[in-house]
Amino acid sequence: MVAFTLHWSRFKHDHRAAWMAFIALGIVLAALPFLVDAGLGRAWVRVLNFTLLYVMLALGLNIVVGFAGLLDLGYIAFYAVGAYVYALLSSPHFGLHLPFWVTLPLGALVAAFFGVLLGAPTLRLRGDYLAIVTLGFGEIIRIFLNNLNAPVNITNGPQGVNLIDPLRFGEFSLNQTQTLLGMTFTGGTLLYYVFLAFTLLIIFVCMRLQDSRIGRAWIAIREDEVAASAMGINTRNIKLLAFAMGASFAGLSGGLFAGFQGFVSPESFNLLESIMILCMIVLGGMGNLPGVILGAVLLTVLPEALRYIGELERVLFGRVVVEPSDLRMLIFGLALVAMMIVRPEGLLPSKQRAREFKADDGVLDQERASVYDK
Amino acid sequence: MSLLELKQFAVSYGGIKAVKGVDLQIERGELVCLIGANGAGKSTLLKALCGLLPVAHGSVLYDGKAITHQPAHLIARCGLALVPEGRGIFGRMSVGENLDMGGYSRTDRAGIKNDLERVFALFPRLAERCKQQAGTLSGGEQQMLAMGRALMSQPRLLLLDEPSMGLAPLMVEKIFTTIRAIAQEGVTILLVEQNAKRALEISQRGYVMESGTIALTDAAEKLLTNAQVRHAYLGE
Repeated sequence: MVAFTLHWSRFKHDHRAAWMAFIALGIVLAALPFLVDAGLGRAWVRVLNFTLLYVMLALGLNIVVGFAGLLDLGYIAFYAVGAYVYALLSSPHFGLHLPFWVTLPLGALVAAFFGVLLGAPTLRLRGDYLAIVTLGFGEIIRIFLNNLNAPVNITNGPQGVNLIDPLRFGEFSLNQTQTLLGMTFTGGTLLYYVFLAFTLLIIFVCMRLQDSRIGRAWIAIREDEVAASAMGINTRNIKLLAFAMGASFAGLSGGLFAGFQGFVSPESFNLLESIMILCMIVLGGMGNLPGVILGAVLLTVLPEALRYIGELERVLFGRVVVEPSDLRMLIFGLALVAMMIVRPEGLLPSKQRAREFKADDGVLDQERASVYDK
Repeated sequence: MSLLELKQFAVSYGGIKAVKGVDLQIERGELVCLIGANGAGKSTLLKALCGLLPVAHGSVLYDGKAITHQPAHLIARCGLALVPEGRGIFGRMSVGENLDMGGYSRTDRAGIKNDLERVFALFPRLAERCKQQAGTLSGGEQQMLAMGRALMSQPRLLLLDEPSMGLAPLMVEKIFTTIRAIAQEGVTILLVEQNAKRALEISQRGYVMESGTIALTDAAEKLLTNAQVRHAYLGE
């Protein structure tokens, strides 16, 4: 970690090194699906795409929880809203086949609207109280999706919506293998580039927001709401904006998910998913963008990688002793617990959080004492 | 015309009438204190005046304009700067970032820079600790930061809510000296304090609040010699 921070500060001073690193990162990201396909198999390209969806989700939740300090345990509901908007408007369910450049932005917009809908009645709530309300909200959305098949069939209930249109330009579908400029791209690879583009867009938006007036207002509200309004910050609008912005990222991600899977059902949007996304940002480093991205990548890849634990058992013991599916989540849970004990501030915390967790009490006492010697 | 005028000002706090019809005026350039026992309604009055609590009855005139039911952020933007009880600094921001937030509603860069110099001149300690995380400052330094941050908004009326609360005696002295220095620069101040003696010593006028109403108001030096005040608040 120290090495990493050293490198980071070097990039800040050396623009050429920064550009080189940037270009190298670009090449790696561009080649990644081919490398993964060749090295780990096609299933892993799928994991890669899910990783990008979760990065978008984690960055969205980071705005609400990490920046504005509003603990949201029902965040997956906005992902569901985005997914269902796409699914209902581009599938045989209603016979509508709107193109993705309509359904994706619309999904993000509708999700943002639901974000405001959740935010407006909860403006006075904080911390655990807000967590309970948002948790309830998440469940309400899921239960609605589960039951809105009667008396009028809107969501098709627990069966979910099937045969959703893939992302496509006219006849060119991104879900199938295509040949472009003499190169063969599998469906997963093509989608990877689309997801990557959206992820980079969201990262860019988050970076700009962080240093903007809005970003500073979010952090001020997180730190002290009364003081924030005494600074002239319209706390109501700024909080609603955090909910709407976070929800719109989830809505976009949900739309991509629907187009990618071709199938959505309410059970994909349960409480565990919300908690998982919260884990990503806490584990990675709340409020710090590289940390949040790292957390999302790790927590998506790790459970998948742990499927291979059966192979490991075979090598070690000659046979499968415990079923990998039983062991997988246990190890994952233990890893989370260990992580929070060893590094409670997250893997890549923001400067402020790192200081807070590392603050040496001796030094602090000295500083406090020094106040009185003047 | 007074800078601030409260007429029959009343605030209810969870069904209890905490402030019951208060009349209060502050002229430009004055340093006025509002003293009273714990629970007399001083802080409630201040919060409601800033729009942080709903006003049940009566009106607030600021510079002749009614601001009674305005939201807090709009009241703040018209030049009333509150230094909240318990200081309300942004703990995970640096000292410098906290001061920046004070100028959040301003757009005149040169003016902001000027005021920053002024705050650093008033509180040299803040200049030394500009990069330090605000949450790691001592209580007294946090109070200085909260006051400095309020000054960054170029206030016409500075509202101080219990600035000496929880501070060591030496630091209390320092805070009161600074409040007087700020007043001498021409900023109008309403000081809410439990430390009645020190508050009256630096103020021109004082209001004594008792269970939600103004029990007494007079020039500060007269209140200091008033038998009733001496008995009830100065412990003599």
